[in-house]
Amino acid sequence: MEPALTSGARIGDRPRPKKNYLNDGKGFKSWALTVDHKRIGIMYLIGTMFAFLLGGIFALLVRLTLLTPQHTLFGLQITAETYNRFFTLHGAIMVFLFIIPSIPGSLTNFVLPLMLGAKDVAFPRLNLASFYLWIVGAVMAVASMVIGAVDTGWTFYTPYSTSGTSSTVTLMTAAVFVLGFSSIFTGLNFIATVHKLRAPGMGWFDMPLFVWGMYSTAVIQVLATPVLGITLVLLMLERVFQIGIFDSRIGGDPVLFQHFFWFYSHPAVYIMILPGLAIISEIIPTFSRKTIFGYRAIAYSSVSLALLSFIVWGHHMFVAGQSQLATVIFSALTFLVAIPSGVKVFNWLTTMYKGNISLEAPMLYAISFLMLFAIGGLTGIFLGTLSTDVHLTDTYFVVAHFHYVMMGSTVTAFIGGLHYWWPKMTGRMYSEKWARIAAVLWFIGFNATFLPQFILGSRGMPRRYYNYLDQFQPLHAFSTVGSWIIGLSLFMTAAILLASLRKPMDAPDNPWNGTTLEWEAASPPITHNFEDTPVLEHEPYDYRHKVTT
Amino acid sequence: MSTETHTHAHHGGPKIYTANLFALLFLTIITVAAASFNFGSANVVIALAIASVKAILVGLFFMHLLWDKPVNAIILVAAFLFLGIFLMFDFLDVGSRVVFAPRNTAPMENATPVPDSMNPQKAAPPRPLDPAPAAEEHKAAEEHK
Amino acid sequence: MEQQFDTSKIGMWLFLATEILLFGGLFVGFGLMQHRYPREFLEAHEHLKQTVFGMPFPLYGAINTVVLLVSSWTMVMGVNAAQTNQQKKTVRFLVMTILLACVFLAIKYVEYEHKFHDGLLPAKYYAHQSEDLIKGTHGYATFFAFYFMMTGLHGIHVLVGIGLLGWLVMRARRGAFSSAYYTPVDLVGLYWHIVDMIWIYLFPLYYLIS
Repeated sequence: MEPALTSGARIGDRPRPKKNYLNDGKGFKSWALTVDHKRIGIMYLIGTMFAFLLGGIFALLVRLTLLTPQHTLFGLQITAETYNRFFTLHGAIMVFLFIIPSIPGSLTNFVLPLMLGAKDVAFPRLNLASFYLWIVGAVMAVASMVIGAVDTGWTFYTPYSTSGTSSTVTLMTAAVFVLGFSSIFTGLNFIATVHKLRAPGMGWFDMPLFVWGMYSTAVIQVLATPVLGITLVLLMLERVFQIGIFDSRIGGDPVLFQHFFWFYSHPAVYIMILPGLAIISEIIPTFSRKTIFGYRAIAYSSVSLALLSFIVWGHHMFVAGQSQLATVIFSALTFLVAIPSGVKVFNWLTTMYKGNISLEAPMLYAISFLMLFAIGGLTGIFLGTLSTDVHLTDTYFVVAHFHYVMMGSTVTAFIGGLHYWWPKMTGRMYSEKWARIAAVLWFIGFNATFLPQFILGSRGMPRRYYNYLDQFQPLHAFSTVGSWIIGLSLFMTAAILLASLRKPMDAPDNPWNGTTLEWEAASPPITHNFEDTPVLEHEPYDYRHKVTT
Repeated sequence: MSTETHTHAHHGGPKIYTANLFALLFLTIITVAAASFNFGSANVVIALAIASVKAILVGLFFMHLLWDKPVNAIILVAAFLFLGIFLMFDFLDVGSRVVFAPRNTAPMENATPVPDSMNPQKAAPPRPLDPAPAAEEHKAAEEHK
Repeated sequence: MEQQFDTSKIGMWLFLATEILLFGGLFVGFGLMQHRYPREFLEAHEHLKQTVFGMPFPLYGAINTVVLLVSSWTMVMGVNAAQTNQQKKTVRFLVMTILLACVFLAIKYVEYEHKFHDGLLPAKYYAHQSEDLIKGTHGYATFFAFYFMMTGLHGIHVLVGIGLLGWLVMRARRGAFSSAYYTPVDLVGLYWHIVDMIWIYLFPLYYLIS
């Protein structure tokens, strides 16, 4: 029998501490100069949510322009250049200001040390520095938008980005350079934390799977991002000084730029998905009331995803001018990278099988994830297969694929995780009824927006085009209406979560009966996380010994 | 946290460091000397090999990797490994491309000559298109793109 | 404090890994450009040599290599001195490292000065007039772009290293380091050795290819 999720139920009958991380120290300075990972996590959350909003506005503009083939927006004619800016800014903001930094910066920052039984991350001041680097990068990116928005696509391909466009490429790439270092330092911090700050008795295979996922993410962040850094430096120098490395007009090799760019950017998409996968590994056992199936398999699959992600980047360049030999090899290697993802999905399903499933909002998002990630991952195979990619590349099929994995998977998991850890972070429960409605709306809206795009792409609709053949209009219109449903769902979620903050702080320490260490801390936790260093008493996800008072 | 003094043994020491320095200086002389001989395409390989030995000596002794916990060495090796992957695949691509010589510019004086393997005019003549089934034709057309 | 020392070390090694990948990207770019313009790059390499006893010889490059190797030695001796509670020796070795680093930068300055004088400037500023200049390709300009980028970035790292070493000297003179706590010296030492390691690879690739 599971305890009812009534407010005020406190497991263990421990009195709520008067001082928690939120009210321990007030005023702007205490937040601006904090080294508390929880406060930094909240600040990241607020920042990345604004970035999500900005990126989302550009997405709505893109979809509105595509409502009809006449590329008008509220009666105004949209030129190709303007449309280029719309999708470039949508992509660049979403990738660099939102998806890459959001889960590591907000949820992981908050939860990782708690899960390990630690007081904070390994380098708290570096953590704050990471956050300020994000702020600086964000300001630079917004400035570049205002001064002369970039129109190269978020991928900055040469020679257009070096000698074709007059937009603010240099400033935007400088912004991304700064954001890259924010990401590197976050990853560095997490690796050191996992190695050295685990609670006594917690070996590597006693850690929650969320930690394994974030550790794998951090490895990619540290190893791949510097190459992005040097790529951007070379791009800036090429643009300003004409070095002659990437621009074909002065003897450079544009395909080389793509090698440099994708060597980071492919592992980067695993920086985006691994945290989402990590969150799902937490939610599913908790809401199935069952030990996770195949703990080690899932742990190893996280690490192997991180490592394999480094040897497949050429699959973004099948028709770019790469040699045929390299193309074939990259295609073959891409098939390998699908295996660990499959392992995870099957293990989660097996975990749910014969479990005691309850469908609170986090679980609804997790189940959505399973379906959307399956579609996203499988369509990735279509694109990794050389013979089909030749037809599908640079069409809406690609757009649909990556939205299914980045948005349908990562963002779904992020929202689910946000609901899951909301009581821990804020000490309040959100309205379960409304959250469930928003979750269903999210699933409907997301599929309505992006499922038609698979069809559009396979029928030949190219990506990044601001107009199209009349025959594509019904599907485009359907997709645009879907985007409004997504907007509604997200607006509702924001309202639900913010509304919960007006309630009194009465959430239980462990509302979901989770078995990992963060649930042993108070909701919200005290500044030092735990009164005494926790001692591990059972295996992770051990639901056999769960006390159900 | 208690104030324990460092109990880990003092590895290294001036003798080993000085010996390492002499080894590094000796290798420097070797590599400069080797550069005056021409081993053809092995020039770069030999130079990089000697440099790598020097780098390993710096890492093992000056940077204490020989006596540290393995995690530090693993981090360094991982960085070089992935750099190597980047280099390897890039050279694989660039080295196996077929370059089509431009048809409407005169050959440049002293310009880098296109090696025979990359010059389709010197390579084997293309397979003639015969009126075979559609699949064959399509395959031949793809090869000549 | 052992755990804190170990944690700091892991942090520093992870940072050094990012440095290796950052510079490594430039090495890869250089290697691929060399593949693209083999003749031009080979010719350009000769401009990095000086005439010694009537023969071309990479004098400045070789001296700088020796200077950095010795500075790595003085650095690790400084770490050792801090580890064994020898304050004065610590300061002395750190100061020697700084001096050697300054010698390195001075020689670099002389090298750059010669290049500017000869018009061997990077990228669009390339203006060298010489008979063996290969017209119509950009190989030369690209070579010197990479030369200045890589040695320049390396030089900036040396400069930052001097700053860090100076900070260490100030703290060492105030007795901040002992066998119980010498972490900053050790960590700056690791940074310094990576700077040396990068030069160990830069030297043959730029100065010894012919």
